[in-house]
Amino acid sequence: MNTQPPEHDHDHDHDDHRPTREDDDIELTEREATFLALKSLLIEQGVVTADEIRKRMEFNERGSPHQAARMIAKAWLDPDYKVRMIDDTKAAAAELGIETTEAKLVTLENTPERHNIVVCTLCSCYPRSLLGEPPSFYVSKAYRSRAVREPRQVLKEFGVDIPERVDIAVHDSNADLRYVVMPMRPAGTDGMSEAELADLISRDCVVGCALPSEPDNR
Amino acid sequence: MSEPKYGPGDRVQILDIGKPGHVRTPTYARHKIGVIERYCGDFENPEDKAYGRWGGAPIALYRVRLMQSDLWPGYTGAPNDVLELEIYDHWLAPAGGEAV
Repeated sequence: MNTQPPEHDHDHDHDDHRPTREDDDIELTEREATFLALKSLLIEQGVVTADEIRKRMEFNERGSPHQAARMIAKAWLDPDYKVRMIDDTKAAAAELGIETTEAKLVTLENTPERHNIVVCTLCSCYPRSLLGEPPSFYVSKAYRSRAVREPRQVLKEFGVDIPERVDIAVHDSNADLRYVVMPMRPAGTDGMSEAELADLISRDCVVGCALPSEPDNR
Repeated sequence: MSEPKYGPGDRVQILDIGKPGHVRTPTYARHKIGVIERYCGDFENPEDKAYGRWGGAPIALYRVRLMQSDLWPGYTGAPNDVLELEIYDHWLAPAGGEAV
């Protein structure tokens, strides 16, 4: 792949520095106002401090897809770890020093016979400790309704064409368990280190909506 | 924790117990027959927890495997495509027939 940046000629101007998101200086909703009132009361009364709230929010958002990628890369290299990860995903995370707050985590192994894909049809249940916040497609009604009913078409739209001879297992994460998909190790990765392998595993691979990049194709 | 009522391969029917509120049994799966994939452990009932009633007796949760062709009329994927989801004990009944 060509990794050079495209030539930067100046047929465009640089005035167009709009924020990447809509400014949030809109009127508060009733719930937001209630939340802010409750928060200031709790702080005023000394029940919690602002720093404790901030720390907790930071803790809630600490997950990142790299956590799951590290575990999967290790499992590709270490068959005993792979067995332990499938047997008890929380314990396998703890082995790598990754703290998980989910009650129970399940690893779904992709094989030449079966491809796994995860959806939460009821809301947005997601293995946040290992993947961070869910992507917007995952919480969209379109994905939540279509992934269960027509997973093959949905996967095609993600660029993943699963042949008919491979069964698809859709996992509705509708209650207390949270799921991570363990993709198959791509060809052409012999001799790669754990860190190099982890770089091939994206967030969407762990949801089952993508396959790991091949080494020359990242 | 009591002994789980169902084991892997047991045929079960997912019930529609008509309970309103924060229930975790999706409508599309109700009345369908599938097999137990695994017993997941006992968990406090989310139908109570959602309304602040914590500390109830944990109930058994199972993963149930359904054939996609049984779920969706005119399903166009492969014949062995499946869907698995988590169902609490009180939403399940034995379906009879041979375990698979």
